Amino acid sequence: MLDIVNVEKTFNPGTINEKRALNGINLHLDEGDFVTVIGGNGAGKSTMLNMVAGVYPVDCGSIVIDGVDVTRLPEYKRAKYLGRVFQDPMTGTATDMQIEENLALAARRGKKRTLRTGITAKERAEYKELLKILDLGLENRLTAKVGLLSGGQRQALTLLMATLKKPKLLLLDEHTAALDPKTAKKVLDITEEIVRKDNLATIMITHNMADAIRVGNRLIMMHEGQIVVDVKGEEKKNLTIEQLLQLFEKSSGSKMTSDKVMLSK
Amino acid sequence: MEIFSQLFNALPGSISQGLIWGIMAIGVYITYRILDVADLTVDGSFATGGAVAVMLILNGCNLWLAMLVAFIAGLLAGAITGLLHTFMGIPAILAGILTQLSLYSINLKIMGKANQSVNVNQTELLVSLRWVKEFAFHNPLITVGLVLAIMIAALYWFFGTEMGCALRATGSNLNMSRAQGINTNFNKVLGIMLSNGLVAFSGAFLAQYQGFADVKMGQGAIVIGLAAVIIGEALFGKIFKNFALRLLSVAFGSIIYYIVIQAVITMGLDANLLKLLSAAIVAIFLAVPYWKKQYSQNHIRKVKGGSKNA
Repeated sequence: MLDIVNVEKTFNPGTINEKRALNGINLHLDEGDFVTVIGGNGAGKSTMLNMVAGVYPVDCGSIVIDGVDVTRLPEYKRAKYLGRVFQDPMTGTATDMQIEENLALAARRGKKRTLRTGITAKERAEYKELLKILDLGLENRLTAKVGLLSGGQRQALTLLMATLKKPKLLLLDEHTAALDPKTAKKVLDITEEIVRKDNLATIMITHNMADAIRVGNRLIMMHEGQIVVDVKGEEKKNLTIEQLLQLFEKSSGSKMTSDKVMLSK
Repeated sequence: MEIFSQLFNALPGSISQGLIWGIMAIGVYITYRILDVADLTVDGSFATGGAVAVMLILNGCNLWLAMLVAFIAGLLAGAITGLLHTFMGIPAILAGILTQLSLYSINLKIMGKANQSVNVNQTELLVSLRWVKEFAFHNPLITVGLVLAIMIAALYWFFGTEMGCALRATGSNLNMSRAQGINTNFNKVLGIMLSNGLVAFSGAFLAQYQGFADVKMGQGAIVIGLAAVIIGEALFGKIFKNFALRLLSVAFGSIIYYIVIQAVITMGLDANLLKLLSAAIVAIFLAVPYWKKQYSQNHIRKVKGGSKNA
């Protein structure tokens, strides 16, 4: 489903701020793989996701999604294959537009946008049903501006938008990190439900080690622009946070020091 | 009392001018509010519209065809700014200034000199200030009013289409738009083109209305456009929520602007100070929302401090 082959990325090369974000990274995802990604700040987690999404060009290497080499495609063309949810709830939706208009925009991802009506009556009815499943009361606020919604509601909506037109790959960049614990749990539950229902290949970055172990069928840990731990199947199911920390120390040769990771134990 | 009767006499003229500039202001609304880009091309493209229309009319071109060509000239001017911005990476404001400056030369070339007149007695025109008090179809109030109504209807339809929604999304959130597969650069160019097309169309009307086109006729147009947008929002923002009504409020804003200008001139204000006055009004109206925000932030801070000490 996804192949990241030997991808390197250095920001601000040749300057004092030079930062080697990805150091020849390789990752292969099978159909239906749900991978959680953990690692300290600056490990290259977000950069990896942004490389797949095409936010920045790669320095070298290639990215193949479902057999299509997208390495040279601009971000908006890759969107055809991808569903994305961001850390900042403000990023994923158009705040000046209505809930139903946002959904209609997402429903047309990867299609040519013509002079046909931007949202049909049939779609409206469909969206109402879909929003009911979220159980956030949004089904009665179809024409409300998204700017009026809370962070959790927006993330849930963005998740719905990302999966409305079934993507080849779902990219979740710490999409629950900005939410309070209760809302974060709710959004994560919705995430699991949608991913299971559509059997979506998914990459989810998280700072919460417990979530990383509990959710998905595979876990990778990143350090200094490389994947240092890759655990799958039964082995992952039986993993504990202590083991995970040990694994990290062994493979990276240093202690996991990020406060965020330690605190979220 | 005399001032009032003078003002009342001048009212049809003010409203006509307001309607014509209203078309221009709706063009500004598309870039400034929908696309979230301050486009300064308009000062040049407004005059381009006037120049193109007048030269075509002087050469015996069909009047509506002349208007259409003026609109297309505006689209092209907008395309230049759009490409300077998206393809060459120049900040939008600077891209607009560059196009505006180059249009000054182009407008001179189109007209062959700094201004060209069309005499309503010798040439057939769509609108003229001589007809503002005539009870007839060619009264500018009716002609421009009708065109404006059709235009608002067309824009309302367009911004409801898939393409129009993508344009609005581009103005609202670039990251989200790209993530949803929208080519944001294309949409920026499209929006700036559409805006300048309307601005040039408005310039073509004004040139006929006043009987001449001048290379300087667009000077400060952006400020008048912004004034119309801001006045419209300040007065009707609370009641006009629908998109078509919002466009209408921009046109109303333009009409009110011209009535106010007429009033201060009638009351004896030195006409040389008009542009200063317009700029001051726009500056103050732009500052008000900012000040409101500052004030409410300070207000919250005080309450928080108070509860801590209690």
